[in-house]
Amino acid sequence: MMTLSKEVVTIQREPDVVFFRNKAKEYAVKIGMSLVGQTKLLTAASELVRNMLRYANGGDAIMEIVVQNNIKGVRLTFADKGPGIKDIKQALQDGFSTGKSLGLGLPGAKRLANEFDIKSEVGKGTTVTIIRWKNGL
Amino acid sequence: MDRIPILKMGEFLLVTIQVDLYDRLALTLENDLINMVSKTEARGVLIDISAVSIVDSFMGRILGNIASMSKIMDAETVVVGMQPAVAITLVELGLTLVGVYTALDVDKGMELLRSKIGDRPEEEEDLYDDIV
Repeated sequence: MMTLSKEVVTIQREPDVVFFRNKAKEYAVKIGMSLVGQTKLLTAASELVRNMLRYANGGDAIMEIVVQNNIKGVRLTFADKGPGIKDIKQALQDGFSTGKSLGLGLPGAKRLANEFDIKSEVGKGTTVTIIRWKNGL
Repeated sequence: MDRIPILKMGEFLLVTIQVDLYDRLALTLENDLINMVSKTEARGVLIDISAVSIVDSFMGRILGNIASMSKIMDAETVVVGMQPAVAITLVELGLTLVGVYTALDVDKGMELLRSKIGDRPEEEEDLYDDIV
């Protein structure tokens, strides 16, 4: 996989989320992603950025345009230095939340993305990566 | 602080969300709306989200909360104008907005609200027909 362009947005406050969503949208529009594709990508991003703010007091959101087999996509990486997730399998279950939310954020983001990866270490932080391809379903 | 304006129209409250919401703004709206329902004794709340391009789980929960809280305050809530891409995404996200009435546009939403409120004394009904 090759990276064409890359940008990092530091997320510290709620309004940063709006700024980041707009930036990520520009990336999706740039590669000609469909409106439904954009909406899914940005909704997933919104969930993941919120998690970062709520559970880790913020972190870095990285956007990239990537190419694989001549197909373009947008890759978003959310990296925080928060408390980490003890049980990732449990965190990916619908309805599970240690906060007061509906528990749809992480599993929902996974469903909305074409590719999803999560790495977490307790006490060190969590990194979630999602990709939506230009023609992804 | 940023705020979403709430308009009073007859016995309804109208909210048109024109900006991208972040969580604090959505929470403020929830709070303001419920206070307005109480203060104005509104019978219906109409929320136009046609300009909203993202409804995530938090925003969806706020919409559900507003509907439940209004219901307890004897007012019905209708969410109108959801973009098709938003509807597709919401369902895939796992949020089906159970308990929230929806309509395609403001006109249909108003119609729905009026039909939900239904049981009003006749005088009031006549008055309403005059306005329409």
